[in-house]
Amino acid sequence: MASALINVPKKAKSGDIIEIKTLMSHIMETGYRHTTSGKIVPRDIITSLTCRFEGEEIFRADLFPATAANPFVSFFTIATKSGKFEFEWIGDNGFSETASASITVE
Amino acid sequence: MKFVATIILLSLPIAAGVAFHSSIATEIPSAERRSGYTFMGPETRAMQDDDTTNPGMLGVLDGEALWNRKVGSADKSCADCHGEGKRDMKGVAARYPAFDKALGRPVNLEQRINLCRVRHQDATPLPYERHDLLALTTFVAEQSRGMPIAPDNSPEIEPFIAKGRDFFMHRQGQLNLACANCHDDNWDKRLAGSAVTQAIPNGYPIYRLEWQSLGSLQRRLRNCITGMRTLNYGFDAPELVELELYLMTRARGMPIETPAVRP
Repeated sequence: MASALINVPKKAKSGDIIEIKTLMSHIMETGYRHTTSGKIVPRDIITSLTCRFEGEEIFRADLFPATAANPFVSFFTIATKSGKFEFEWIGDNGFSETASASITVE
Repeated sequence: MKFVATIILLSLPIAAGVAFHSSIATEIPSAERRSGYTFMGPETRAMQDDDTTNPGMLGVLDGEALWNRKVGSADKSCADCHGEGKRDMKGVAARYPAFDKALGRPVNLEQRINLCRVRHQDATPLPYERHDLLALTTFVAEQSRGMPIAPDNSPEIEPFIAKGRDFFMHRQGQLNLACANCHDDNWDKRLAGSAVTQAIPNGYPIYRLEWQSLGSLQRRLRNCITGMRTLNYGFDAPELVELELYLMTRARGMPIETPAVRP
């Protein structure tokens, strides 16, 4: 069960700088921790977040074991036209989640 | 840990002195009560205030999915009896822990959810402090966000509040500390760099940054009890529920913040 929270302004004026905030639920297990019996807890992290606007990649981040659980990533872009942002998180053990949000540019 | 222990030991004579002359009525006056929120830095407050940056909201989303999922041999979801969570669970968390007539003692929200699973869904109870129970509890509690805490004050619950209060006021453990020595007498000071705060449980389950996850009030209490170096109780223990109950009476009338973010 994975949930995502996306914050994209619903409306913007053309040329506005807008902030996009994303929050993804994930344990982000570093792979450096041990159980009480000494066994390593295997690494289980999100390794990348990609954002596409109308099919075109506008932002990508690589994530590493030092990232906290439930990674929060925010970035800025310029609103040019109305359309749909698509987000994709990829991680260990076949983890793959998507989410989307639309914007109306006046 | 040694460093922290030294600080606690050094501060003991001070704490003891303060507690001694005020041991009869040390509770914080109603007007001076402050949510843990007011002790936090601006960044952590901003994180709690925005539902798209508050990681506790992920638990609310998961909890809502669990609310509507059919489970157990009765093949019923929470929604099948209670209706839509967002509408019908308003104000419920504000009056917990509440008295359960069949058990003859108060139960907290987590225990109520598990009692429902056993009694009405014919399902196994969810393990305490694991994701599913935390998510469901957070979802239910979030429906009371902003509503004033109004703990059960039926006569049958009074003795349990008194027991919880006794635990809070009673010096115990290797450090001979009572909860009150910090949270009533020294809440405006800092312990090893962290704010001591007033023990007002108005945001549970909380998303604690140190834990990197949601956690229940009992997890927080067990943390403190370990720090006091006294006998700890397991999750689900009636003693912890009594303490929760007393703490909720301290917070009477204060708005619920669930899911609160705490450092």
